[in-house]
Amino acid sequence: MSEQWIDVCCVDDIDEEDVMRFDHGQHTYAVYRSADSEFFATAGLCTHESIHLADGLVMDHVIECPKHNGRFDYRSGKALGAPVCVNLKTYPVRVEAGRLYLGVPT
Amino acid sequence: MSHSSSTEHRDYRLTGPEAARAAEKGLVSASWYQCPISRKRLKELMQRRDGPALRDTALWILALLATGFGGYWFWGSWACVPFFIAYGVLYGTASNARWHEMGHGTAFKTRWMNDAVYQVASFMCLFEPHVWRWSHTRHHTDTIVVGRDPEIVEPRPPSLVRMALSLFNLPHGFNTLRSVLRHAAGRMDDEEQSFIPQSEWPAVVRTARIWLVIYALVIGLALYQHSWLPLMFIGLPSLYGAWLSYLFGLSQHVGLAEDVLDHRSNCRTIYMNPLLRFIYMNMNYHLEHHMYPMVPYHALAQLHEEIRHDCPPPYPDLLAAFKEIIPTVMQQRKDPGYFIDRPTGPRTAAPGQNQAVPG
Repeated sequence: MSEQWIDVCCVDDIDEEDVMRFDHGQHTYAVYRSADSEFFATAGLCTHESIHLADGLVMDHVIECPKHNGRFDYRSGKALGAPVCVNLKTYPVRVEAGRLYLGVPT
Repeated sequence: MSHSSSTEHRDYRLTGPEAARAAEKGLVSASWYQCPISRKRLKELMQRRDGPALRDTALWILALLATGFGGYWFWGSWACVPFFIAYGVLYGTASNARWHEMGHGTAFKTRWMNDAVYQVASFMCLFEPHVWRWSHTRHHTDTIVVGRDPEIVEPRPPSLVRMALSLFNLPHGFNTLRSVLRHAAGRMDDEEQSFIPQSEWPAVVRTARIWLVIYALVIGLALYQHSWLPLMFIGLPSLYGAWLSYLFGLSQHVGLAEDVLDHRSNCRTIYMNPLLRFIYMNMNYHLEHHMYPMVPYHALAQLHEEIRHDCPPPYPDLLAAFKEIIPTVMQQRKDPGYFIDRPTGPRTAAPGQNQAVPG
């Protein structure tokens, strides 16, 4: 499966240790910047009850859902315990000339 | 302002017809109104810290030890009564607030601390930890939606007998005893199967068996010593100390609207003194907690200040809340559709969206 690289934002649009929502087509994504300025991307909705993760809290490498406090490792998408049981889908990202790009399957 | 929507008696079971009706009305896992607050400020309020919960947990344990020692020292005389009243509230009521906060995982920054206190507090307030974690998740998804929310404290029409018994936690205690025995035997009922994933069932069974062993040991000790004293410390305070927890529980939602998607209409925020706030872990800011459950208990007063302009006026104290609740409950006995319609005013943000705005 090939990837299409989508221009998301300027890298400085996301604070360190924070998350931003990004919608493209019919899909919504969550794009993360870690405390050491690495970038990651996952599906935008919690696998528990489809809440936007971008409204949640980033701590270390964990995103916590704003509704029920379900926690995922946003680097791997791994669900870290109840009430989330299903992992998040992850997506590749890359930075070019100060812009963040998201790789979505075509 | 009060309002009566219907006089029909509704079915509050999660497996009854109201569950389908709630789905038809778009009330299941729906988008709820959120008062606007900047992302930057919300992030500040959501930050986790260990300090406040370490302090409050240490104070709680010390208070339990001090009042428990007083009860032990004066056991056999009337002088033990005030000590056991205080011990009971710390055991049967404060544990409920701790169960709740630790269940959200927001009290401590360090995860294992939340989990450890959660297990202990669950035992003390008779909330099976895995069952009630999922139950409370549903309560936050579908708050006071009939047929969906398993934590509606007083179904309408309210039963005064049940309410009186609840002051001593008897209905909950009896139900917990039955469910612990059922879970220890490896069985889940239909309602539990509707909100607890199957992967969690073994943990439910394991915990129920551990609880039974603890209670068997305490009862055995009481029989061996021919004394109620061991049960006054473990077991009975879940009943005789839960009265304040029940009053807190009534004050959260009882008498307010059912089947709405706006926490301003079905939650109360009540000002309380520092002692009650310590026991209750600031859950008197209940509207704020439901609207932004990621905000830890120690930041709820600040969140209240941020959004109060967009909320109904808070109640000045618990007494003021019960001046509304008691007549409402009495009216609901005759008219189950009757409820208090809180003045929410115009919405300053659109429903169905996250209203956090860029910082």
